[in-house]
Amino acid sequence: MNFKENKAIYLQIADRIGDDIQAGRLQADGKVPSVRELAAQMEVNVNTVARTYDYLQQSGVIYTKRGLGYFVSSDASDIIVRLRREQLMQGEMDYFFGQLRAVGVTPDELRQKYEEFLAADHGQ
Amino acid sequence: MRELFSDFSLELHDGGVYGLLGKNGAGKTTLIYLMSGLLTPDSGRVTYNGDDVRRRLPKTMNDLFLVPEEMELPQLTLSKYVKLNAPFYPRFSHDDMMRYLDLFEMPHDVQLKSLSMGQKKKVFMSFALATNTGLLLMDEPTNGLDIPGKSQFRKFIAQGMSDEKTIVISTHQVRDIESILDHVVVIDNSRVLLDAPLSEVSRRLSFRPLMQGDTPLLVQPSALGMLAVVPNDGREETSIDMEMLFNATLQQPEAINQLFTQK
Repeated sequence: MNFKENKAIYLQIADRIGDDIQAGRLQADGKVPSVRELAAQMEVNVNTVARTYDYLQQSGVIYTKRGLGYFVSSDASDIIVRLRREQLMQGEMDYFFGQLRAVGVTPDELRQKYEEFLAADHGQ
Repeated sequence: MRELFSDFSLELHDGGVYGLLGKNGAGKTTLIYLMSGLLTPDSGRVTYNGDDVRRRLPKTMNDLFLVPEEMELPQLTLSKYVKLNAPFYPRFSHDDMMRYLDLFEMPHDVQLKSLSMGQKKKVFMSFALATNTGLLLMDEPTNGLDIPGKSQFRKFIAQGMSDEKTIVISTHQVRDIESILDHVVVIDNSRVLLDAPLSEVSRRLSFRPLMQGDTPLLVQPSALGMLAVVPNDGREETSIDMEMLFNATLQQPEAINQLFTQK
């Protein structure tokens, strides 16, 4: 796996697990890989993965069963959507708007583009 | 003779993967040989679990292992080599070694003399990590490894690491190993310029595109514009670019030192 964005690696790994849940590769109440397994797979330090799991557990995406490891929460999918929405609205949107302003895209143009995008049914 | 270290002090704690970084000739290899008791300091002491390593006590020797940058292996099969050497290491695990050999895609038994430098390293490191010593010292372990070898090496360390082990990896090729480190030590001109866990590095520093109003410690051009190392304003953590951290530390040792000694 390549780590490119400048987001902390433990959060990039959390995103990756989020993707696996959204795509159905990890099911609700299914087991997530152990810290050691995932560390070897991602070629990162075990403490980095431990931090990812701490974060996901605190957010409610995964839960732990003592001695058995980590499992996907039944409402993980909803939580991920909520977290991503927050992330998007806070940081990434600012950056995107900055780019739009720099090249003079008006709110009306933006609205029109977004409506066209939704109508074209991209990737849904 | 040049004096490499004077008034030098460094303490490693239990558990974790340490990256020992320094320019060519900074003394990384010398430091690792001092730690393993193969070199003797003119003055001062190197201790492991309280014992001077130069005494080469059995309880010290069976709990530390050194993987040098290049090695000469005897004309033996691996199985014979293991039979002769494993008894010195009470926690040696045959199963672990087989797992590591599989990871490096090496056969379980080979004639050691017939191996290339990279293959020799893969086999020797598999044995080294399987000794399960409390301390494993590795000098430039990714030198001589082929392209898949570098990725295999990261998997190998991630898988073989446990809370009871301390692994010290000296290197000037930080890109090969940056994702597997817990802790970074930068040495230069006989001084420790930085000695910090990575969790602290990301708390104190951000690695991101340069912005207006920044007071960067280092600026570096890239395809995406100017990248900067700046003090972390506490808003969020970025991923660490080890090469930039290294360069920033060498160029601005006082500023780095000040930042890392702040409360």
